[in-house]
Amino acid sequence: MTKFTLNGKTVTYKGDANKTLLWFVREDEGLTGSKFGCGVAMCGACTMHLNGNPVRACSTPMSAVNGATVTTIEGISSKVANAVQSAWETLDVVQCGYCQSGQIMSAVALLKNNPSPSDADIDSAMNGNLCRCATYHRIRAAIHNAASQLAKEA
Amino acid sequence: MKDTQSPELIQPLEIENVSRRRFLSNAGIASGSFVLGVQLSPAIASVENQTDEVKTSDNFSPDVFVSIEPDGQVKIICHRSEMGQGVRSTLPLLVADEMDADWSRVTVEQAIGDQKYGSQNTDGSRSVRKNYLKLKQAGAIAKTMLTQAAAIAWKVKPTSVEIKQHKALLKGSNQALDFGQLVKVAATLQVPARDQLQLKNENEQVYIGKEDIKLLDGELITQGQTTFGFDVDFEGLKVAVIARPPVVFGKVKSFDASETMKVPGVIKVVELPALTPPAAFKMLGGIAVIAEHTYAAIKGREKLKIEWEHGTNQNHQTQAHEQVFREALKKPSTVVRKRGDYSSAEKSASKTFEADYYVPGLAHATMEPPAATARIKDEKVEVWACTQTPQSAQANVMRTLNFPQEKIGNIEVNVTLLGGGFGRKSKPDYVAEAAYLADESKMPIKVLWTREDELQHGYYHSPSYQKLAATFDQNKKVTGWHHSMVNHPIGSTFNPAAKTAGSADLGQGDMMFDIPNILVDLGDTETFYRIGWVRSVTNINNAFAAGSFADELAHEAGKDPKDFLLELIGKDQAVDFSKDDYKYGNYGEDINQYPASTARLKNVINLVAEKSGWGKKLPEGRAMGIAAHRSFLSYVATVVEVSVNKGRIKIEAIHSAVDVGKVLNPDRVRSQMEGAAIFAASLALYGEITAENGQIQQSNFHDYPLARMTDIPEIQTHIVKSSELPTGIGEPGVPPFAPALCNAIFAATGKRYRRLPLKQFGIV
Ligand code: FES
Ligand code: FES
Repeated sequence: MTKFTLNGKTVTYKGDANKTLLWFVREDEGLTGSKFGCGVAMCGACTMHLNGNPVRACSTPMSAVNGATVTTIEGISSKVANAVQSAWETLDVVQCGYCQSGQIMSAVALLKNNPSPSDADIDSAMNGNLCRCATYHRIRAAIHNAASQLAKEA
Repeated sequence: MKDTQSPELIQPLEIENVSRRRFLSNAGIASGSFVLGVQLSPAIASVENQTDEVKTSDNFSPDVFVSIEPDGQVKIICHRSEMGQGVRSTLPLLVADEMDADWSRVTVEQAIGDQKYGSQNTDGSRSVRKNYLKLKQAGAIAKTMLTQAAAIAWKVKPTSVEIKQHKALLKGSNQALDFGQLVKVAATLQVPARDQLQLKNENEQVYIGKEDIKLLDGELITQGQTTFGFDVDFEGLKVAVIARPPVVFGKVKSFDASETMKVPGVIKVVELPALTPPAAFKMLGGIAVIAEHTYAAIKGREKLKIEWEHGTNQNHQTQAHEQVFREALKKPSTVVRKRGDYSSAEKSASKTFEADYYVPGLAHATMEPPAATARIKDEKVEVWACTQTPQSAQANVMRTLNFPQEKIGNIEVNVTLLGGGFGRKSKPDYVAEAAYLADESKMPIKVLWTREDELQHGYYHSPSYQKLAATFDQNKKVTGWHHSMVNHPIGSTFNPAAKTAGSADLGQGDMMFDIPNILVDLGDTETFYRIGWVRSVTNINNAFAAGSFADELAHEAGKDPKDFLLELIGKDQAVDFSKDDYKYGNYGEDINQYPASTARLKNVINLVAEKSGWGKKLPEGRAMGIAAHRSFLSYVATVVEVSVNKGRIKIEAIHSAVDVGKVLNPDRVRSQMEGAAIFAASLALYGEITAENGQIQQSNFHDYPLARMTDIPEIQTHIVKSSELPTGIGEPGVPPFAPALCNAIFAATGKRYRRLPLKQFGIV
């Protein structure tokens, strides 16, 4: 049995331990904010936080989350997360939106570790997140925007 | 609406800020039928009281696109699909602007597929162009009737009433009536004729053309709270994934699902009917695995043992077929456009210059692969799908289920948000699969495509081979232009006998250079898999070849590429294609209304040159390239700046100038231009679909890479101020990028790349 914390709530899972976290969260828990884009850790659409670190949930088996804390786009509520979401809105980053929860999860994780990232830091932290609509350069600007917003508040 | 509350009962009233609660208790009515911030006189309260008794459908709906609830909430229908282009923010804005609705009190409702809205096909960059007038008129109808209703209430002439921010104002007084208060009366009035409406001029607009329009779904998307095709879910829904024939028109010879059935969660397997030509939007066939959840369905599919009969297309090799393309261009079958006499220009030329170009097959790679859900109950079919075209999805379901035409209304197609479209989701084969499986299994079914499915079973942009030739006179003036193209035609998807591209109008025939001798022709070839339209369609390859070739000619002539482009385009004129015996489609629009204006094309070139600092001295290893293209009636010029470092190319900056006529939503014009440039960067740098033995070889982002954050430079979009008719923005940013990039690489390195993608040369 797998038991872990999902967005602050304890959840349990019995079944094939190779099932991936993404399908468990989307289908067993009904949280569809995390998306399927490739299934092989190449697009970042499924990004969640596992013990605070960004992971690709499509390639994370349930066996790996026992005892862990998992946060999805529906569960982020920190100051950093709010700053990122509001920067996204300020700059109207979104196009189709499909990749955006993954982008935001990666951006929040980045800013938690590195409150004032350079362009190069952003490029390397965000390079695993594809956006076919190509909202990339607004994402870059929004991360800077969120960083300076957070610096002001601090 | 039957109720005809006597207008005399309505008395003037005073604005007063009242809380919802206080107002409600004062008026003694429940929520759902009151007016924010406006104190009602007792007479109106009684009107409102009655309104409360009727259902919410008892609203004021002067037009299929707009209605007003008794509480003043304005509902606007968005009948086109949102796939990132901002259509849900932009189209309803046209209505809201015209009727002066308060955008914060507007609800946008996504239309189901229904012919009453006219075409809903969200394709071809035409949602604004095709609906601009219609939606402005819808707003104007509502506004006219609200004005009349207020005039009746105040017993004045309509000319004494002014509509502003969701209210009718009585001129020369401080009296006001909210839209909600006018609903009852307005609903009794006659709907004015469309041709009698007074539409706003540009100065009167409150939202259109403004910068501060926020995305309608932006906030919910950043919270992960919206529903895409993949996200549809309800009690009892089962999931299906399908093992499709690796070769189009192949079929299942035999299969063994015994291991599949052992996977916990798998419910059953269903064999789909084999595909027969034409492919159209029919199902590809194969074996579907239906399961309780996606993981089981995918696992179950892995365990299927299928023996395929690969069929007629199994010997096709993309690589070998290039030779067939070349042969085809030795004897072109179809002349598209002819001016003067190219061959005599060739004879008298002081020099002839030729170059061949190749652009490979491409896939849509929408971030969200196709997905559709169907539920069938009591002869009613409900569908939820990320579709660009709910009406053709509806018709496709009808055909798939052999539904009688007269009952098509029993098929309801609900449109979710689309995680990208780019043309893939205007082909509802996946909707047919969901409907078929729901019918066969008697269970509601969601069909999901994995990335592998999406890349290997698409409707591809065809690879193309192009030959360009030009003649110079002794003054280095271009006297002749010959552009030949061959590809697998899109038409073959619908008619297997089609061998000639039907798409010369997309950037090949409608070339805008003023050259005395022009020949544009096409070669013929067979097709071996499904071909479709991908964002900007054959403009991709035609603009790449023509835009690169123009640059080659500039260098050949020893001239600045930008100046040379302007010279090739020549004098200000509306290009008259009919003089060249060329029946040009002009994207379905009247050429007199949307002329091919050389002045507008030159204008975007000059604008982008100025903004990018074209001609300025750049640091060592850096250079710029330029290209310009008219497509979807819009004009775009792009300058790409690159740097070279140890043989590697980096894109440093992208500048684009765009003329889309009147701009409705400038921020969405910019975002589409940004997205289009990088869409083109993906194909120029990385994109290549190939077939071996008829089977598509690419399967995921490792072998069909897309541009990533590290590829992204600074992007600037410069929008031409214009009062011309609005055109289209979803696609026109794509075509000029790849030639501008390769022209920049040539300027930086002296190397000319005539084949895409560039990754094959080890320079990116
Ligand atoms: S779906 Fe997980 S990385 Fe693409
Ligand atoms: S916004 Fe569409 S994929 Fe990123």
